[in-house]
Order: sequence, then C-alpha cells, then structure tokens
Amino acid sequence: MLFLHEILQTFFSIAIMKKSYQSLEDNSTNNMIQVIYRQLASKIPYLGLVILLTFTTSLNAQEGDPAKGKALFNTNCASCHNLDRDMTGPKLRYVESRLEEEQGLDREWLTKWIRNSAGLIKSGDAYANQVFNEWNQTPMTAFAALEDQDIADILAWTATDPIVTEDDGPDTPKEPVEGGISNKLILGALAVLFALLAMALVLVRRTLNRFAEEKGIEAASKDKSISIWKAFVQNQFLVLVTAIFFLLASAYFVYGYLSQIGTDQGYEPVQPIHYSHRIHAGAAEDGGNGIDCKYCHSSARVSKHSGIPSLNICMNCHKTIYQVSPETQKQGLEEFGKDYNAEIQKLYKAVGWDEATQSYTGETEPVRWVRIHNLPDFAYFNHSQHVEVAGVQCQTCHGPVETMEVMYQHAPLTMGWCINCHRETEVNVKDNAYYTKIHEQLSKKYGVDKLTAAQMGGLECGKCHY
Amino acid sequence: MVFASVVACKNDTRPNYQFMPNMYEPVSYEAYQEAEIVVDGQQMLIEDMEAQLPAEGSIPRGGHMPFEIENTNEGYILAKETLTNPLDSTQIDNPRGGRLYDIYCGICHGKKGDGQGNLVKREKILGVPSYDDAGRAITVGSIYHTIYYGKNSMGSYANQLNEEERWQVVDYVLKLKADLEK
Repeated sequence: MLFLHEILQTFFSIAIMKKSYQSLEDNSTNNMIQVIYRQLASKIPYLGLVILLTFTTSLNAQEGDPAKGKALFNTNCASCHNLDRDMTGPKLRYVESRLEEEQGLDREWLTKWIRNSAGLIKSGDAYANQVFNEWNQTPMTAFAALEDQDIADILAWTATDPIVTEDDGPDTPKEPVEGGISNKLILGALAVLFALLAMALVLVRRTLNRFAEEKGIEAASKDKSISIWKAFVQNQFLVLVTAIFFLLASAYFVYGYLSQIGTDQGYEPVQPIHYSHRIHAGAAEDGGNGIDCKYCHSSARVSKHSGIPSLNICMNCHKTIYQVSPETQKQGLEEFGKDYNAEIQKLYKAVGWDEATQSYTGETEPVRWVRIHNLPDFAYFNHSQHVEVAGVQCQTCHGPVETMEVMYQHAPLTMGWCINCHRETEVNVKDNAYYTKIHEQLSKKYGVDKLTAAQMGGLECGKCHY
Repeated sequence: MVFASVVACKNDTRPNYQFMPNMYEPVSYEAYQEAEIVVDGQQMLIEDMEAQLPAEGSIPRGGHMPFEIENTNEGYILAKETLTNPLDSTQIDNPRGGRLYDIYCGICHGKKGDGQGNLVKREKILGVPSYDDAGRAITVGSIYHTIYYGKNSMGSYANQLNEEERWQVVDYVLKLKADLEK
C-alpha cells in the first residue's frame, strides 16, 4: 500500500516538473513575441525583413542544444573553464542566470565578451574590467567565429544540472585474489590426498603383518644382513662419493648466494608518492594514457642520467587533472589498496599548489624518491648514448614498465647481462653516411653482414671501467 | 633448507647487500645525492636539499643566450610580433622536430596538431585548440613564448627541451599549422 502511494507521489512530482518546465517555455516565447512586437511598432519598415528572417533562418531558436553545446564547450572553453571548478578562468555552471541575477547582464553582453573580451574591456565596461582584474588580467581568447546558435548551445550546456553519479555499481570479482585461493585449495587437496595414501599404506602393511602372524609365517628376519647404515659406513668408496656430492652441492648454493650479493633484481622500494607507471605510460587499450617515457624522463635523451622528473612536469597535466576517473579510483582501492586521489593531493602539497586559488603558494617540500637502479661507481653508463644513438627501447633494460603498478628493477644490471646484450645487438649502420667506410672495413674484418656492438668495441674494458 | 632461509630473508623493499660498498658508492657528488655544502662557514646547501635550480643568471654551455622577453601578456604580444627563428633552413631538422613534437606536444595537441591528442580523446584534458584556430592566430614568436613559459593550463616546456630543440619544435608546429590550413 505504502509502496503504491510512493509511486503515485513520484509520478505526480514528475508531472508537476513537466508542467513547470512547459510554463517556463511559454514565458520565454511570450517574451520573444513581445520583443518582436516592440520592434514592429517602432520600425515598421523592417517588418518585411523580420518576417523573412523568421521564416528563412531559425532566428528565434535561441534555446540551445546542450549536447552540441557540450562538444563546443569541450573544444573551445574547457582548456580554461570547468563547469564546477575554477581553473584559469571562473567556473561556468549557470553562468547566464548568475550574470542575469547578480549583475543584470544579458546574453548580448556575454556574446560580446565571448567574441571579443579585450574590446569589451577597452570600451570601459565596468563588470568586464572587474572580471579581468579578478582573474589576474589573463586575457580570454577571442572566439569571433562562434555563431549565435553556437553560443546558445554552449550556454544551454552550462545551464544543465550536474549529474549525480551513483557509487553502488555492481561489485566486480577480484580475480587475482580468487586465483590465490584456488591455488591454495589445490595444494591443500594434494596434501590431504598424500596423507590419505600414506595412511592407506601403513594400514595395508599392518594387515599384511597380521595375516602373516596368523598363518604362522615368520616375517623375514633382519638379523641376517647388516643394516644399511653400517654397510654404507663400511663401503669407503660410497662415503667418498657422497662426501664429494655434498661438497659440490653446498659449493653450488654458496656460489649462488655470493653471486647475488650486490645485484638488486626485483628491488621494489616503497616510494613517497605512489606513482603508477601503468596508468601514465600504459597502452590506451589497457586503461593507460600512453605518455612517452621521455616526456617525463626527458634527460635520458641528452644526458648520462635519466633524471627523475621535477614536479613542474607532473603539474603540466595535474594542474588540470585533479582527480582520477571513478573507475580508476575504484580499481586502485580494490586491487592495490591505494587512493589515487590522495596521491595527487600529496603532489599538490609537495609542489605547493593551492587548488582553491589555482596558484602556487611557494611552500614546497622535496619528495624523497627512492632510487631503484644503481650501478656501482666503477661502471660507467650513459643513457643518451643508448637511447638516442643506439635507439634502444627503454623497455629493453627496464622491462615492461608500462604495466608496472609499482616500479621494480627488471634486469640484474650485472656485467654479464650488459655484455650479453652487446654481443647480441646488431648495430643499425644504415643511413649513417659518416661512418660508412669504417663500418665496411669492420664488416670485412669480421666477415659478417651486420655488426654487433661487441665487434665495434663494445667489450673493451676501458669503455665502461675507467 | 639453507636455500629456503635465504629466499625467505630476501626483502624486495630493501636493497641487497654489497661486497665492498666503498667501491660501489661514489666518492664524488652524484646526481640527486643529498649533499651538505658549507663555503666559508656559510651553509650553501642543507642536508636534505637536492636537484637544485641553477644560480640566477647562469647561462648553460653551448652558447644558449637567455630569453629576455618576459612572461606577461605584453611579453607574449611582443614575442608574437617580433620574435623570429634563429635557425636557418640548413639547421632545421624536420624529422627530429617531429619526434620531439610527438613526445612532448602530441600527447595533447595530437600528431596532426588538431587538438586531438590521446589525453584529449580520453577526456583527461579538454579544450586543446587546433593550431589553425583563427582567434589565436599563432606565429613563430608566440609558439616559442608559449613553449618557454606555458600559457593558461599549459605548463612550461623549457626544462624538457633546450633552446635549439624548442626552435625545431616551433618549426614543426608551423608546418602542422600550414598543413591544417590547406
């Protein structure tokens, strides 16, 4: 009963809304007619023209299309304006009605401002100058090409109500966790199976013994032969072989342990800001943004070091991107236990960016990134030589960074690893006219078509150790 | 068992042991190293400072002269009207300019300069104008000024591209603009 009542209520409220909307429309058309009528009264000679215009073009179609307006807004306005948030310019939701109520300015003023704000400021318009000064005297680009209809569409888009997103989407199953559970289940089942088998064997042996006892058969006595252990000790050859085996095995493990000292393969430190390479550099189809490695690590092109980007490079994009999309945020919370939006706030704090005023406060604090790839001091490595000259992909040494949520060291960075690559990599000698002659001579010397880095001197000690 | 205990002790969030740290760790200053420098009893760098800005007025090697036009609206207009590309036609390396453009600009401005880069298509950053936008009417000087200082939502690219590279990119942008206007 109550339920029915509720449904009825919502139905009525919708009906009322519709009605009020219609009355609004009626009002506006009335106004329009009045305006036209006034023009008619004063300027009768223009009557013909007005009628012509009303019939040929959609002059009175000043009610814009919000969908078209959204597209226009995104291409023309969104670099400086957001609907609900101050950016380079003020937020624009309900801008038309706000201006009307607060300043008594109509669409004509807005149109002038949009088409040529600088001209409006120069003409001495009070509010235009006020806005210009309030927003750090940043001039707005003139959009002279926008038609009346375009401006109406954009304003219709700014007049739409914000969409309230619902958070209770369907819970996505957590695949990796599930995989872990099933693995454990399988292992447990195997363990139980083995335990059962062992028990069965013991039981079988016991029953067999009982049978033997009942039939009066003596189980073969063990006293006749010496125990295995004694036999082993007496056999000196076997003892020697076993001793050698154990020595070799332990040497193998000790060697393995010693050789991994000083290599940090898989080193995955916790960074002060959880930066996901997966989101930034990942391919677009995997939910990444496909930013080139060298966008942030620009010094890899020109210097020995592939530098950690300074925070102004983060702010190139994060000045605009102040939060991640709801899907990304959800994924971060569920799969990685990370609140990405909070990480962006950490960036703002470190770089001293005040979101409310959209300006830098000047209060910065250094971010203590933890360096992952460390070469010992006695080995020389130069990024620009590999990245620019050789054209080696970053991923060759750093692994699939574009899929890493947390960055780790992919390669062992040992000398053997370096040399292996130098032996295998064929150098691209094509279209390098300056070295053509020496390349030909080297090819002849080694009797090969394609030179490797090693054949061009990539194995000489002094190349890396000096 | 020994193997198992070694594996169990390995912790991926800490760096491994080193044989002889005094041969591994540099004696000289390294990039990003935390350093304390005291000159004549005056503290020049505090312990937790690294990645410093160059001293004011310093000029990098390679004959790059400082950019004198200011980061203001007047500066922008001045650059737009007066600044010209110092590189002559033999120094312009179009493929290289294009590669740099694709890395640093294409992500928002699009490979064709039409304002449809990947970040725009994914609606992360909006409102990136096309280079043939009549209202902006970009010129050599205004492009350089914008790369150097940034404009509105766009940041400065002066520390990612050096002077010569910036001019290469400017030339490439003009080429894209010409292609768009065809």
